[in-house]
Amino acid sequence: MNSGGGLLPIIAILPFLGALVPGVMIRAGRTACASFAAIPTLIALVMLATLAPDVMRGEVLQAEISWIPQLGLSASFFLDGLGLLFAGMILGMGLLITLYARFYLSGEDPMGQFYTYLLLFQGAMLGIVISDNILLLLIFWELTSLSSFLLIGYWKHLPEGRQGARMALAVTGGGGLAMIGGMLILGNIAGSYQLTDILEQGEAIRASQWYLPALILILLGAFTKSAQFPFHFWLPHAMAAPTPVSAYLHSATMVKAGVFLMARLWPVLAGTDAWFLIVATTGLITMVLGAVIALFKDDLKALLAFSTVSHLGLMTMLLGFGTRAAAIAAVFHIINHLTFKAALFMTAGIVDHEAHTRDIRRLGGLARLMPFSAVIATITGLSMAGIPLFNGFLSKEMMLHEAAQTRWLDNPWVMPVLATIGALFSVAYSLRFIFHVFGGPPRADYPSRPHDPPFGMYAAPALLALLVVLIGVMPHLAEPLVTIAANAVTGADLHPHLKLWHGVTPALFMSMIAVAGGIVLLVLHKPLDRAWRAAPRPEAKAIFDAVLARLVGAAQGLSAGLHNGAISRYLAIFVATTVALGYAAFSGGGLAASTRPMLPVPPVALVGFVILTLATVLVVANHRARFKALVLIGMIGLTVSGGFVYLSAPDLALTQIAVETVTIMLLLLALHFMPKTTPVESGAALRLRDGAIALAAGGAVAALALAFMTREFSTISDFHLANAYKGGGGHNVVNVILVDFRGYDTYGEIIVLGIAGLTIFALLEALLGGPAARRLRNTDYSANRSRDRHPMMMVVATRAMMPIAIMVGIYIFLRGHNQPGGGFVAGLVISIALLMQYMASGFGWTQERQRVEYHAMIGLGVVVAGLTGIGAWLAGEPFLTSAFGYVHLPPVEEFELATAMLFDLGVFLTVLGGVMLMLYSLSRISRYAGEPINVQPMDFDPSQREPAGTREAE
Amino acid sequence: MEIIVASVIGVLTAGGIYLILRLRAFPVILGLSLLSYAVNVFIFATGRLKVNAPPILQDHGAAVYTDPLPQALVLTAIVISFGMTAVLVMIALGAFLEADHDRIDITAADTPEAEEKESGE
Repeated sequence: MNSGGGLLPIIAILPFLGALVPGVMIRAGRTACASFAAIPTLIALVMLATLAPDVMRGEVLQAEISWIPQLGLSASFFLDGLGLLFAGMILGMGLLITLYARFYLSGEDPMGQFYTYLLLFQGAMLGIVISDNILLLLIFWELTSLSSFLLIGYWKHLPEGRQGARMALAVTGGGGLAMIGGMLILGNIAGSYQLTDILEQGEAIRASQWYLPALILILLGAFTKSAQFPFHFWLPHAMAAPTPVSAYLHSATMVKAGVFLMARLWPVLAGTDAWFLIVATTGLITMVLGAVIALFKDDLKALLAFSTVSHLGLMTMLLGFGTRAAAIAAVFHIINHLTFKAALFMTAGIVDHEAHTRDIRRLGGLARLMPFSAVIATITGLSMAGIPLFNGFLSKEMMLHEAAQTRWLDNPWVMPVLATIGALFSVAYSLRFIFHVFGGPPRADYPSRPHDPPFGMYAAPALLALLVVLIGVMPHLAEPLVTIAANAVTGADLHPHLKLWHGVTPALFMSMIAVAGGIVLLVLHKPLDRAWRAAPRPEAKAIFDAVLARLVGAAQGLSAGLHNGAISRYLAIFVATTVALGYAAFSGGGLAASTRPMLPVPPVALVGFVILTLATVLVVANHRARFKALVLIGMIGLTVSGGFVYLSAPDLALTQIAVETVTIMLLLLALHFMPKTTPVESGAALRLRDGAIALAAGGAVAALALAFMTREFSTISDFHLANAYKGGGGHNVVNVILVDFRGYDTYGEIIVLGIAGLTIFALLEALLGGPAARRLRNTDYSANRSRDRHPMMMVVATRAMMPIAIMVGIYIFLRGHNQPGGGFVAGLVISIALLMQYMASGFGWTQERQRVEYHAMIGLGVVVAGLTGIGAWLAGEPFLTSAFGYVHLPPVEEFELATAMLFDLGVFLTVLGGVMLMLYSLSRISRYAGEPINVQPMDFDPSQREPAGTREAE
Repeated sequence: MEIIVASVIGVLTAGGIYLILRLRAFPVILGLSLLSYAVNVFIFATGRLKVNAPPILQDHGAAVYTDPLPQALVLTAIVISFGMTAVLVMIALGAFLEADHDRIDITAADTPEAEEKESGE
């Protein structure tokens, strides 16, 4: 679905693509870097401008790219009046900030990084306002938190910057988490994650029982982002960022994301008592509180930060009223606040840049020294105060008008009075900003002699100041934009009339009270300031730090308790939890009665069971005597393979026997270099606990196994049985499954085995290069060494056995497709045959006769198996489809040739190479342990002769 | 017969788990071997037990076959578990040769802070 919005995805992606450039372009100079940051913004702005006429006509442009439809996630964008307003603000301000930052940042700051972060942020912010999918919106929402973290902490050397960035991330990120929950609930109620669908289902959503949880969670996200009480505290701390960031993120765009979201979801969420009570009240408190605190801040940026908090409260309150007129006022104020507040921030930055201080107490009299800046500050400051002829006046009048008509819990006085108080303090701090910084005589003790900055630096605020006056004098200029944005917010067709003179209304009186009171407060500022400082008040940062410290402490306590480095503890917890969960699952659902009759127990099975149980008990009892335990393990493995034979699994039995043999050899080799006994370390209580856990787990698994074995089930194997011969050309269904039906799995598995072999080889290489090699050389293994390392009888026997063993291996391999056997077993059998040579005739002697490297064998096996699979492509079949046919050569009987055999050959080679590489690697250790290398098959070393009986005496 | 197989799985699991809860590498490896027997038999048993019915196709008559799929899964599992055991053995051996003990738990003395303190003294 694309209706006219084809450019939207491109606009959304442009800043992200553009973000790649400045970081690299910094080498071309600062101006080039800034220009390259401006280009994507400019292109996006032009594209937006081409879409604007359609939106102004009231159309909603859409573009959708399906992404993960199963999750309801699509990269879909839409642009309506509200989106256009915000996108325009984001891109337009982005350009101005790019220009301003070029002159603001000093030569020592990494400017390329700055612009990269800025564009990342711009892209994220733009994504929020044009997303049509709330999941996509959430992604962009989190991206703004992350990119603002980078921007606030841009001056990494300042602790305030780092702490402020962390606090902002913690608060807005936490709110974002809550919002994810709220949005998911919202999408669930509406049955769609498309914003355009959700916006049409307002009534159903408000009537849902999940409305209140969704509302609270979404508002948590919006309030944290827009710095509403009680989450307002992060915004002033974020002022540690460079001023362009403050002007862009913390006045014009990011903090308005919360307001934007409330406006976006206004048709769905607004209009209920809960909405009014939560949103309007929070907004009111924030507005008054922010204004009051702002008056007593001496840092210019802190004053502006609290002023921003207050103005965001104002917008929130207006949206909270839930009336259309209030929504119009909110939209209008969004525009006005952008113009004057961003200009004020930039002016504060200019003052800081020129005078090297932002402390109001050290400033004053700047009007004569930097007249341009003073004019800009005065215009925008008066707008912030809400003085007529400036745009701030218009929306503030509308706000007061709405407040005067709103009853709060049936009380007609609360709203108007508090709103007037907020306005009054707003006048006071605005005038303070103007007069205490620029008014009065110039001082002699500025940290640096201030003068007006270069044009590039005050061009942006000057342009904004011009807008302030233009809208202030001729409000109808802003009318079309306000109209379409307000229509988008309310979903109605409104025709607001913005004008300068509304007649004599209650709002006018409230305004007059505010201005008069503000002037009085400014005159009384000194005594009031002293009283404010003396009054006790909670310090937000201290509380935040304390809460955070406690959380971190609790988390550390928990993870240190669970995760103390003792693997036996994790395993105990894991096993106990699994058993408990399994028990809960078992007892929760009903279990059907057992239907499958049990098989009779022949005596031989009983014997096997007794042997196996006895051996297991003995292993556990004797595990400290490692050699003995190893022998018993071998016994268990052999009994298990006997069981496989009895229970119709000849392939498993063959594999089990072969693997058992190599495993025991491997463990024996390792044991040669390890302690032969395990010391007693765990106390009786611990052993009792472990025993209880082990018995519980064993009992649980046995019960589970018995439960399913005595019940019937439907298998998918009928397909395999029916098609093994027809499709795979083999009688041994297990082998056909391995090399054909599930060939892809087998392919993966042989690769894993090969990797395991190579890992062991690599580990050993690393080990023998380190301190372990020294330790090996210095350890005396002579007590373990036999005089007769390569006994003649054994050498002769293994030599004679070698061709027979290899023939057995080949036989097993060849018959694998139709009878028990196959590549896995054959590989194991032949590796055992080779191992016997290593053991009997010695490492050196065997190594001399080795023709093919084991690494190469692994690689060859994987390649052969892979090529076989690819061969199927040549025949136009999917990967690993097998083909087979019958060949008749005169002296031999007719026999079958299948591509699956070739694949099995790959399996065979990999298994052989992998197993041999593992065991060969381990035996290489002995060379480091000072064992001589033999080239003769039979060597007898009489010097190792020792008196009979010493070994036993040890 | 089912009870016997279930008990075998239980006995092997119990033994394996007791051994992997020990504090030295070697018993843990033995425990893992026992556990992998138990798991292999467990998976094998999901195909239900049948006697004299190997999944080798017969040309004559309506032969009965046991479920081949779990067998194929277990066959690769046996080989892979050997590979994993081998890697574990190698790691345990390496740890023993480097540290001169084969304890598997990280105790307070093994943490970087403790080592720093030790070297600082």
